[in-house]
Amino acid sequence: MVTMNTPNHVKIRFDRVSYWYEQQQVLKDITLDVAANAVTVFLGPAGSGKSTLLRLINRLNDLLDNTKLSGQITIDGEDIYGRGISVPQLRRRVGMVFALPLPLPGTIRENILYGPRLAGLRDRARLEETVVRCLQQAALWDEVKDRLDQPSTSLSGGQQQRLCIARSLALEPEVLLLDEPTSGLDPISTGKVEESLLELKKDYTIIIVPHSVQQAARVADHAAFFLLGDLVEHQEGRDLFTSPRDKRTEDYITGRFG
Amino acid sequence: MPGSARIQPANAGSARRYAVQRFGFALLVLASLLVVIPILFVIGAIVVRGLPAISLEFIFGMPSDGMKAGGIWPAIVGTLLLTAGTAIVAIPIGVGGAIYLAEYAHDTMLTRAIRLAIVNLAGIPSVVYGLFGLGLFVLFLNFGTSILAGALTLAIMTLPVIISTAEEALRAVPVEFRTVSASLGGTRWQGISNIVLPQALPGIITGVILGLLRAGGETAPILFTVAAFYLPSLPRSPLDQTMALPYHLYVISTQVPGMPEKIQYGTALVLLVLVLSLNLLASWIRNYYRRKRQW
Repeated sequence: MVTMNTPNHVKIRFDRVSYWYEQQQVLKDITLDVAANAVTVFLGPAGSGKSTLLRLINRLNDLLDNTKLSGQITIDGEDIYGRGISVPQLRRRVGMVFALPLPLPGTIRENILYGPRLAGLRDRARLEETVVRCLQQAALWDEVKDRLDQPSTSLSGGQQQRLCIARSLALEPEVLLLDEPTSGLDPISTGKVEESLLELKKDYTIIIVPHSVQQAARVADHAAFFLLGDLVEHQEGRDLFTSPRDKRTEDYITGRFG
Repeated sequence: MPGSARIQPANAGSARRYAVQRFGFALLVLASLLVVIPILFVIGAIVVRGLPAISLEFIFGMPSDGMKAGGIWPAIVGTLLLTAGTAIVAIPIGVGGAIYLAEYAHDTMLTRAIRLAIVNLAGIPSVVYGLFGLGLFVLFLNFGTSILAGALTLAIMTLPVIISTAEEALRAVPVEFRTVSASLGGTRWQGISNIVLPQALPGIITGVILGLLRAGGETAPILFTVAAFYLPSLPRSPLDQTMALPYHLYVISTQVPGMPEKIQYGTALVLLVLVLSLNLLASWIRNYYRRKRQW
């Protein structure tokens, strides 16, 4: 599924999105455009709703009970909560990497091919191709090419996380969501993950919840700052970090709270 | 203990606490020994007195002379058939129910009622299951006193054990695996069948075997539903009666005057070995998979 992505094309649009979890409102009237082929960071202290917003995009919050959503979320103009949307199909278009490396039981190869196999890909040559392509994209190929059939847990934490990135890329998604993907990693692994992100944004729309303001500043093309469920401001990354419009944003990025 | 030398009491107060701690440990060790000793005595007594009775003829022969001689083969076959029948009925229903409760069910009045029922079923005395089986399967459904009626009764008795252990095993699989599977475009069932079930399998198998063990060793539920007092032939259809080891043991220990003690203990030994070997199999499977597990 390939969509033409021109620069400044709006990939994802949040239109007056509010969200409640167990009677508590965790997102308040969020309206936000996410640009295609760029890295957008969702910034904010714990409990600001940024992870929740991320999980609304691939409908992972469907797994929870007792929630309510209002407003509209569209990808390429299509309402992803609309009738006739296949949720598994949506999740193939929107990949996700979690805060902790979560390799599935099984080998490195099996991890990568889990998604494609469920999607019905059987052709051996194409499966093999997929393994090579996405391990290279995640900057892991050189380290694991000789041991693809070893258990995924034999990898180090940093390698496991890049394996998880590779695993999401195996489905050739259009959007890649990363929820604090480097929170458990050392600086060197973090550097490698960030490098591969910058490489990937040529082909993908990336949204990342960074694990620090510094990381946000390093990777952001666009940045949105959230506080207690409100979208405080949304700007070009460079502008948000150098001349924030809102006092609360300034306080946060200069480390006065959070 | 070489390590204990390093714990040096600094003053009188800590010396006393240390002594109290040693005393506490000693009590705990004693308590666990008290659990083991009776079991060893029971097993020891049965092995010593039962072993002389064991022979090929005893195991594979038909009973004769009003059970005072010959073998116990029909009872062994009966118990194996009953256990197998119980497994066929209880495993799919039990594991299916556990999957529903652990993976699909929301917290509603209905599921709470189901859970309450399971807990209560586990607490019902086995003789009540026997009477229930007599009423429902033997009389109402007209299966007669038969292997079918007995296996169904035992299956109902085994279900709570299988459901609760299997549900626990499923819940022990980290929720993240399901999330990851979903995020890669898997349906809920694909996540369960590809990831969760294989990971929970050792726990499920252990629960199933322990449940079947209990079924195989029970007397009361088969008393009214299947067991024959003395039937020196093998069953030919599920609607036949059969002898079974636990009931046979009860009969030859209490109902037949002048029964040689050797045969009683021999029968007990065979039942014990059957049950214990299944038990060992269960722990072997558990350990084997635990070593293979990667989280």
